[in-house]
Amino acid sequence: MTPLPLNQQLLNACAALLLLLSFAMLSQRRIVSLVNLFAVQGAVIAATTLLVAWRTGETHLYFSAALTLALKVAFLPWLLHRLIRRLEVRWDTEPLLDISGTMLAGIVIVVFAFGLAEPITHLASTSMRNAIGIAVAVVLLAFLMMITRRKAMSQVIGFLSMENGLFFGAMSATYGMPMIVELGVALDVLVAVLVLGVFFFQIREQFDSLDLHHLERLGERR
Amino acid sequence: MRPAAYISQSLEIAVALAAAPLFLGWVNQCRAWLANRSAPSVLLPYRNIRKLFHKDAVLAENASALFRIAPYVVFGTMVVAAGIIPSLSGRLPLVAAADAIALVGLFGTARVFLSLAAMDVGTAFGTLGARREMMVGFLAEPALLMVIFVASLISATTALPAISAHLAGARLVIDPSLAFTAVAFTLVLLAENARIPVDNPATHLELTMIHEAMLLEYSARHLALMEWAAALRLFNYACIGFALFVPWGIAAGNVGPLGLTLAIPILALKLAVAGAGLALIETLSAKLRIMRAPEFLATAFLFAVLGLLVHVLLGGP
Amino acid sequence: MTASLPPPFADPLTDCLVLVAAWLVIGVAGLAAPRSVRYAGRALFALGALVGIALAAAAALSLLGGVTQTRILPIGLPDLPFHLRLDALSSVFLVLLGASAAGVSLFSAGYFRESDGMAPGLLCLQYHLFLASMALVLLADDAYAFMVGWELMALSSYFLVTTQHRIPEIRSAGFLYLVMAHVGALAILLAFGILQGGSWQFTFDAMRAAHLSHAWAAAAFLLAMLGFGAKAGLVPLHVWLPEAHPAAPSPVSALLSGVMLKTAVYGMLRVTFDLLGHPAWWWGLVPLAAGLLTALYGVVFAAVQTDMKRLLAYSSIENVGLLFTGFGLSVVFFGVGMPALAALALLATLYHSLSHAAMKSLLFLGTGSVLHATGQRNLGRLGGLIHRMPWVAALTLVGALALAGLPPLNGFVSEWLLLQSFLFADRIPRSFVNLLIPLGAAVVALCAALAGYVMVKFYGVIFLGQPRESSLAQAHDCGLLERLGLGWLALLCLALGLAPVQVVSALAPVTRQLVGSAVPQPAASWWLLAPVPGRAVSYAPLVLLLAGAAVILLTMLLVRLFYHRRVRRARPWDCGFGEVTPRMQDTAEGFGQPIRNIFQSFFAIERELPTPFDAAPRYRIAISDRMWRGLYQPISGWVRRLADAAAILQRGRIATYLLYGFATLVVLLAVVLAT
Repeated sequence: MTPLPLNQQLLNACAALLLLLSFAMLSQRRIVSLVNLFAVQGAVIAATTLLVAWRTGETHLYFSAALTLALKVAFLPWLLHRLIRRLEVRWDTEPLLDISGTMLAGIVIVVFAFGLAEPITHLASTSMRNAIGIAVAVVLLAFLMMITRRKAMSQVIGFLSMENGLFFGAMSATYGMPMIVELGVALDVLVAVLVLGVFFFQIREQFDSLDLHHLERLGERR
Repeated sequence: MRPAAYISQSLEIAVALAAAPLFLGWVNQCRAWLANRSAPSVLLPYRNIRKLFHKDAVLAENASALFRIAPYVVFGTMVVAAGIIPSLSGRLPLVAAADAIALVGLFGTARVFLSLAAMDVGTAFGTLGARREMMVGFLAEPALLMVIFVASLISATTALPAISAHLAGARLVIDPSLAFTAVAFTLVLLAENARIPVDNPATHLELTMIHEAMLLEYSARHLALMEWAAALRLFNYACIGFALFVPWGIAAGNVGPLGLTLAIPILALKLAVAGAGLALIETLSAKLRIMRAPEFLATAFLFAVLGLLVHVLLGGP
Repeated sequence: MTASLPPPFADPLTDCLVLVAAWLVIGVAGLAAPRSVRYAGRALFALGALVGIALAAAAALSLLGGVTQTRILPIGLPDLPFHLRLDALSSVFLVLLGASAAGVSLFSAGYFRESDGMAPGLLCLQYHLFLASMALVLLADDAYAFMVGWELMALSSYFLVTTQHRIPEIRSAGFLYLVMAHVGALAILLAFGILQGGSWQFTFDAMRAAHLSHAWAAAAFLLAMLGFGAKAGLVPLHVWLPEAHPAAPSPVSALLSGVMLKTAVYGMLRVTFDLLGHPAWWWGLVPLAAGLLTALYGVVFAAVQTDMKRLLAYSSIENVGLLFTGFGLSVVFFGVGMPALAALALLATLYHSLSHAAMKSLLFLGTGSVLHATGQRNLGRLGGLIHRMPWVAALTLVGALALAGLPPLNGFVSEWLLLQSFLFADRIPRSFVNLLIPLGAAVVALCAALAGYVMVKFYGVIFLGQPRESSLAQAHDCGLLERLGLGWLALLCLALGLAPVQVVSALAPVTRQLVGSAVPQPAASWWLLAPVPGRAVSYAPLVLLLAGAAVILLTMLLVRLFYHRRVRRARPWDCGFGEVTPRMQDTAEGFGQPIRNIFQSFFAIERELPTPFDAAPRYRIAISDRMWRGLYQPISGWVRRLADAAAILQRGRIATYLLYGFATLVVLLAVVLAT
């Protein structure tokens, strides 16, 4: 087995790091740490984008990296931290499924994701073929996190992390989306978070809590 | 040829025996500094062990022979384990007898004897400690085994010096799975050495103890051996960590006495950094409730399994 | 009889047959004075032990000699003689049978008393019939002889299980055992039916020659899995095992767990590698998955048991799981064309069969001694026996450490081999499978660690601590014969643990016979086990033991030399708490509590908690198997409903029955007419 070229290895390491971060988020109970992990995830994505940009020489990827850095590493975490302070939700309550069970389900998902990605891997011609499986896994793991948490806050972070996974997948399959699409997605995410932030305040005003199981009562009132 | 290998083997064991209490003292000193306390001397563990050896041993009336033998067995196991972990040199004749899997088995032997000895007198705290120790062990041991398994898959051997030589010598190959196993290994190290998130080495509050609870009935020379063995265990774990994750600086092949003497300061440097890092982790984290410990360890185990998965996925040909 | 013996080394098959016949003779001789403990209980069992050693020796000679012998014995129906065959595979299992039986028989000679239910003479007959039938299963070379041996084995062991037939629980355990044994036997019979492949010859030679289509071969394999899996106790066919094994007298439990379970492994190896010959790789996934599940299931349940024999029975389930894991792995390796690795995995399976036979027999016999000395099987009423029964405690410790899989004992060697073969699983040239199989190593590691937990609980609660009942003060150590039996098995554990190179090279003919490849062993080193092709990987337990012993002795010496050896005895310290009572120790439930919490989803738990205002608080917890409610009760419900439906035919009137007969006759005649 000949060793892969260095930047290839770095990309693989970044992919693995992303997966590691996804699992760390899955096993984290504290919302503050969750936001920090999300920021680190954004940083790894930015680093990956830079690496790919350097490798392929496509200039729009540099912009994309800068955008990621600004939005996902700086602005969104800042916003989320602010929200947490204002809403005073530092801890998530007991998750629906215990942490080990969630992690076990996560491992099953990883295996599934790689099985899923394998045929695509053969089609893709980029140097990051192996990472497609990880991208799919990151998306599914974020989904799993949204399912198993009760607090709206952690679900938003799950949603953002899912977007990270999609972004990473796009990059590993086709070296990123066209600039205009990326800008659009970034805007969407931004707006979504802002709207959700407004929602949080509304929810809390209504129920005195951000625990989403209170929403279950809505059905009965009708 | 051969005598050199035996010399490096003996040197390695001697360094482990001598440095283990020092390492423990260093970790305690760092912890004290970080907590803004005035620190005890780094030599305190030595003084403690010496004091204990001089005392008269007090045994419980109903202690059996197993209780008296166990400290020697635990200590002996740890010394043999120190002999097969490459801390200074990769040329260790004893490694042919026991590879990394056997190393995990040796740790298991020590744990089982420790727990059996704790149950021997039949006190409430003894059995409590034994039960908790086995609870920690049954998750930590497979996690450690999986960490080693991943490293073995990468380097196609289970002999620890060969693994570390492979990892050090490969032309800058980054194996992503090592990130996962490093996390898992850190968690296992904390749990297995009774460090803070799982156990508190400084506690004397009975209901929270694990390791201390098992040693309650021991005194004098038996306790000294147990303490020394615990220090050796921490040292051994640190050296396993170095062999897997920072394998540079271990004298490999025929480097002769110069290489060996060069390896000692490198090891000292690594230990100093690792000890400070350990103290930092301990200071920053809060002790878990005992019911949370299995979750902590299951996380370690699953991270190691993920490392395995990632290796097979990304590292494959 | 001895006069007509041929030179014993030339003809091991004859030796084996004579020895098996000797067992039968001993059994029948028990009927001469069935009530005499001294004659039937002592003398005959001791004689049986000698025969066992001789059988092991004869089979070992055959294994080392490397000859395959066949013979046709004109027993049975006129045109269906017994075909017998002694090859490497059957030799290994005969060694296992003989060597374990020797220890168990020796122990039994000192064990059986007047009050053990069945008369000693009858017990002697059933016991030796059981041994002889197992030998017949191993020697059979046609389906007929195999099934005769298999059924004899099931029946004789059924009578042994129900030795104390006056206890209703034991009767129902025996019934369950019989039902499962027959369901299994039916599946095996069907498997043989497929294997003959249209030739209608039921000799194994004909089956080897038969060409089966892939689908039929797979069907035969799956049926054999079902049949042998039921005998071995694979989940979900395991429910009988924790009922039947503890119900039997301890020496019988030792044989059931130590030896009889291995006949299922033998059968699986014989059918897969010998009779079917070319297993497809994906077949191996079935035993692999079932084995891993069984191992985890068994060990988790073992950790929460409160009855010492049930604990050991569940631990047997775990070990059977590990055996089938290794077997499955070797089928996968063999199927994808990696025979060297298949040999490695197979070696792990064979080694573990031998190891487990020695250590599990040893532990079951140990519980027998404890049971005799105290009359207690409940762990919660034992404790502190190391002071009362030092011999049993010391010898059982060997078995417990071995079963915990600790170096340098034998349990570790097979675990090591199994993990080494898992290290190659990522090389399997099948995508997705090469991803999943390495994860199996994680399960194996978890099971091995949990086995340590189980053994600490087993040994610690029985032998260490303070006696939990005052009656335990009367407990006495076992007699000389029992010690010899325990000692023999402990010696086997040590030998298997410390001399792996010799055992591995003795097993080489078997792997060569089955997968056409053997684990390479550098001839020069008699102490260094280096079985992995192309890797510098080695293990030398003897060196490890010597190094450890040297360090320990040196430490002791130095401590004595430089310091002193003064010892004072005092009351236990226990952090200064006042009175230390035995009730403060962990009970078996207490020690298993972490496992119960962590693996909650495995169990169906019934808990009775006292209220805070209870004057005499009692805590009770009952743990049962979810399989009962989830699988077996629905099945038995269906069977009952089916039987109820069939009961409509039963009117109890003679005329109706005559009508059935008449109608059948008419229909048959009509069929004849039509054809």
